Amino acid sequence: MIRFDGISKRFPDGTLAVDDFTITIPSRTTTVFVGSSGSGKTTLLRMVNRMVDPTSGSIHIDDDDISTLEPVALRRRIGYVMQNSGLLPHRTVVDNVATVPLLTGVSKREARAAALDLMDTVGLDRALADRYPSQLSGGQQQRVGVARGLAIDPNILLMDEPFGAVDPLVRSELQQELVRIQKDLAKTIVFVTHDIDEAFLLGDQVVILKTGGRIAQVGTPAEILANPADEFVDTFIGAERGRRALSIQTVNGKEVVVDGTGRLAGILRSPTPESGRSA
Amino acid sequence: MNLFGDAFRWILEPSHWTGPNGIPNRILEHLAYTGLTVLIATLIAVALGLYIGHTGRFRGIAVSVTGAMRALPTLGLLVYLAVLFGLGIQFALIPTIIVLVVLAIPPLLAGAYSGVQSVDGRTVDAARSMGMTEWQILWKVEVPLALPLILGGIRSAVLQVVATATVAAYISLGGLGRYIIDALPVRDYTTVLVGALLVTILALVLDGILILCQRLTVPAGVRAIRSSPGQRSTTKSASTVSTAA
Ligand SMILES: Nc1ncnc2c1ncn2[C@@H]1O[C@H](COP(=O)(O)OP(=O)(O)OP(=O)(O)O)[C@@H](O)[C@H]1O
Ligand SMILES: [Mg+2]
Repeated sequence: MIRFDGISKRFPDGTLAVDDFTITIPSRTTTVFVGSSGSGKTTLLRMVNRMVDPTSGSIHIDDDDISTLEPVALRRRIGYVMQNSGLLPHRTVVDNVATVPLLTGVSKREARAAALDLMDTVGLDRALADRYPSQLSGGQQQRVGVARGLAIDPNILLMDEPFGAVDPLVRSELQQELVRIQKDLAKTIVFVTHDIDEAFLLGDQVVILKTGGRIAQVGTPAEILANPADEFVDTFIGAERGRRALSIQTVNGKEVVVDGTGRLAGILRSPTPESGRSA
Repeated sequence: MNLFGDAFRWILEPSHWTGPNGIPNRILEHLAYTGLTVLIATLIAVALGLYIGHTGRFRGIAVSVTGAMRALPTLGLLVYLAVLFGLGIQFALIPTIIVLVVLAIPPLLAGAYSGVQSVDGRTVDAARSMGMTEWQILWKVEVPLALPLILGGIRSAVLQVVATATVAAYISLGGLGRYIIDALPVRDYTTVLVGALLVTILALVLDGILILCQRLTVPAGVRAIRSSPGQRSTTKSASTVSTAA
């Protein structure tokens, strides 16, 4: 369990990134922070591993106030996956994955073997083990990033828009992979995104944020979809509902599909005998 | 033309390859001054440069101080220090090395701090958030990635020191400068040219060796050519609709 208690963060330049943020993140489930750019998601996430220290308020992991914990030791027991994968360019895939175990004194052979296993877990071909990050595609790099985050078998996994920089097909593949991994491993995942689809897909608990880390609504995806707390939430998820509400209109005798906002989504092909067979 | 012919003949003359004023001994002396200087300067400047690069502090000061150091006239400083120390010929090495170290520090410092600063901030941030200590970030991430630039600094320092170490002879030490300093007053230009040629050849050879080192130490992952084609342009096409419909 991670508990944010009255957390505020003012950066030295005066920016109030987070203003009085309180929430409890239950163990072994996925909590997603979703909000537009600059709403303080990254700042909140980085407070958990003390990459950012709050100006006021406290954060507890289980019963420990993390401000009393040594940052380096704390970070070594929390997995962290970031948007640009943050891989070390001068180390091979397998060495990147094994980085933290090696820091904590695990033997080279053991760390390497464990890293290879993790590559299986995240769906990476072992043949890529000795490649360098620059020789991988963006999607592969993100998988390495996830494997590295899992390498210390952390209870907590922080993920900051980990799939933000890959194309939609690869992204959805990675999302499915994460759902599968989470089913097996049941980590306490804190996931940051500005994509509401992704939030609803991955989150057991979804936290919709406004500027300044102010909570617009917290709940399960179903609760939020069914009862948007206010207009802000409605607009934020509205696009999603609109896109899902497809309907058919007839234009010049042809049937086209429009979404909830009346925008053209595509044409409807009815399976007529001629075209249906040949296609 | 003739002068060069004479110089080469001088160099090839076997009797010039033995004894304290022989070519091998002068080269060794020259290399010893260079080596000692670069060693001392590296210890000072690279340590300082890594500190500045890692912390981002004192950068402005470092830039202006090294700028001023570059502007110091080597020979003037040498004479000044020699007089200041006034220790006599047996201690001439100290002012010589100080002068050469002053010369070597700017490129070394610049190579080290610009090398560390050139490392992608996101890589350093990732290393830190994984739980590396600052020390580990420096040695396991920043130094390996900065190595090409650090070695670049060492390279230009070595070149400058090799060329300038001839001044050692000015205050009665050895090295290849001996040929030049001794021959100039008696207008023996062949020997002056020999000194200059040998310094040039030595510099070229050392530079070649250092280029090789530089090549070998570029982290393999940085050298690796980006081979992935990248499939970023995939758009949400009609396939999304047809599955939904
Ligand atoms: N180191 C910093 N110094 C000053 N201001 C900062 C710093 N980091 C973040 N901020 C500011 O704090 C606010 C929140 O930033 P944060 O990075 O947490 O947003 P975010 O929700 O992660 O945005 P994005 O979706 O674009 O990543 C922004 O206004 C940002 O400019
Ligand atoms: Mg962010």
